[in-house]
Parts: sequence; structure tokens; C-alpha cells
Amino acid sequence: MGTGNFLWNLSKNYFTFGLIGLTVSDRYFSIVSVQGTSMSPTFNSHVDNSKRPLTDDRVLVEKFCLEKYKFFHGDVVVFCSPTNHREKHVKRITGLPGDWISAPHNYDVIVVPEGHCWVEGDNSALSFDSRSIGPIPLGLIRGRVTHIVWPPNRVGKVHRTISQERLPF
Amino acid sequence: MALQNLRELTPIFKEGFGLTLRVAKFFCSLHVINSYLCTFALSQGPSMLPTFNLTGNLVLAERLSTRLGQAGKGDVVLIRSPREPRKVVIKRIVGMEGDTVSYVNSDSKNADGKEATIVVPKGHIWIEGDNKSLSRDSRLFGPVPYGLLEGRVFWVMWPPEDFGSVGKKST
Repeated sequence: MGTGNFLWNLSKNYFTFGLIGLTVSDRYFSIVSVQGTSMSPTFNSHVDNSKRPLTDDRVLVEKFCLEKYKFFHGDVVVFCSPTNHREKHVKRITGLPGDWISAPHNYDVIVVPEGHCWVEGDNSALSFDSRSIGPIPLGLIRGRVTHIVWPPNRVGKVHRTISQERLPF
Repeated sequence: MALQNLRELTPIFKEGFGLTLRVAKFFCSLHVINSYLCTFALSQGPSMLPTFNLTGNLVLAERLSTRLGQAGKGDVVLIRSPREPRKVVIKRIVGMEGDTVSYVNSDSKNADGKEATIVVPKGHIWIEGDNKSLSRDSRLFGPVPYGLLEGRVFWVMWPPEDFGSVGKKST
């Protein structure tokens, strides 16, 4: 009787915790780990690119921006990959609707359509982004990265920066 | 004296905490059910005639099949509009990735009435309204990523004369 009651209470507590955790991570904040070096040096910056990193950076993602879908140039966002809905990617927004972007391969200039954005990795040599898949719908965005929370020596705010050469016209 | 007051106040704090927790639990359950199980949606406009009527239907949509990647051809789905990310629209899936879709371009600027054929790219779907003449869908903005899907509509709740399930339909 005593054990059953204890187990029941324990599972009830876990359930409550899960419920609250899920809600908070869906609506307010969540923590994700960044894999790959496409956003180096902002995340996962390693001197030696050939070696696998010891720890991936963990970042804090806020979800308040999803109420209005209002984003700015230089925001680092988490979005659902357009080619595979199970994958999430972290990239920086470099173009918003109406901006002119020079496509890298054929020197064409294209305009970002309404409701879309242009995302690029900070490490342009090793990044699979809008330069190969084109502009992505803003509706795929799942949150905005604000802080690095792990490892301890890299804790800090993620700045809304944009390199000069890639500023839109 | 202060310690005495504190001891008297403890049960009040405890009760308040318990109440807050219960309210929080209630809203969290609502959120989890609404975003992982099923949700209500209101259909608007003429784009899904005759499946949904002009004045608007209250429909029930489940989230499981879209989350698990089970939504398929012929399903009526809730999808976040690729043009206006704040809006969610109701359309029917006409083609999954790899399918060949033929359509007449509905873009008013260069509507030439010619039929075009496209293969839906990887990870994308082709959506169209049931009312082809009054629907802004994939014929206008092309295939949309699967990640924009929000749910599969399976039941009409209101008005009462339309009450019933919404099935698959192959076009």
C-alpha cells in the first residue's frame, strides 16, 4: 500500500513537471545544442576544424518572437529545415522581405519574397543555407537564439551583428 | 513576535502556492492538449467550397499525424501561410514529395491558361483549395515545406447541419 502510494505520487509529480516543462519550452524558452561548424565563430568556434569538438555549445532560444513573427537583420534563429521537417537548423537572418540579395553562384540579384527571409551561416564556407535552398518562409522559424549558456567559458549574449560585405543593398 | 507572525502566515502561503500550482497545471494541460493532440479552427472565405461553406465552419484538427509525418495526399490540413506567417489557412494536400502535379497557373499577372507540370521537391507538399477559381495556393506560390503544416482537419463541429467527418478526397 505504502509503496503503491509513493509510486503514484512520484509519477504524478513527474507528469506535472513534464507538463509545465513542455509548456515553458514551447511558449517561452528552451535550450538546444548547436551541432556543426556552420555558425562558427559565433557557436562551436574551434581553432582546429578537423577535430571534433569536445562539447557542443548549448544556447538559449526564446519563443516570444513567434507571436508577431517580427525579426530583424542579424537575428540568429532556429528554423525547421524546408527539405526535412524533422531537422532544425541555426542560422543568421541576412535578408527580410523586400530586400535585394545577390545570389552567390550566378551573380544574379533576387528579391526576398513576402513572408520569407534569407538565412546564412556565419561560416560561409561550411554552411548549407539560403544560398543553396533559396529564401525560406518565416513560418518555419521556431525561435530566436539570445544567449550561449554552456560551456561556462563561452557564456554570453549573442549579438545581432551582420558583416559589412553581406549587408543588403 | 515576528517569528510568531511568520508561523501564522505559513499555511496561507502554502495554500496560495497550491492554488497557483493548480491553475498553472490547468493552463499547461490546455496548452499541451491544444498543441499536441487537437485544436479548433475556423474556416473562412470561399477557397474550400464545397467542403466548407462561405460563412465559416468550426472544425476540429488533430496534430498527431502532422507531427509524426503521416499526413498524406487528399488530407485537409491547417497550414501556416508562406506569404503571411501570422495566418493559418485550410487547404487540401494534392501532392507529396516526388509526385508530379499538373496545374493551371492562377497568378493573375501572367495567367496564360496553359497547363504546367512540376515535380514536388524533397520535403515539400503541393496544396490547393477545393474551389480552384477562388483560392490562393500552391498554384500561386509553388510547393510549400512540410514544416509549415499545423494539423489535419478531421471533423466539422459547426454549423450542426454540416456536423460530420472530413475525409480524404483524391482530385
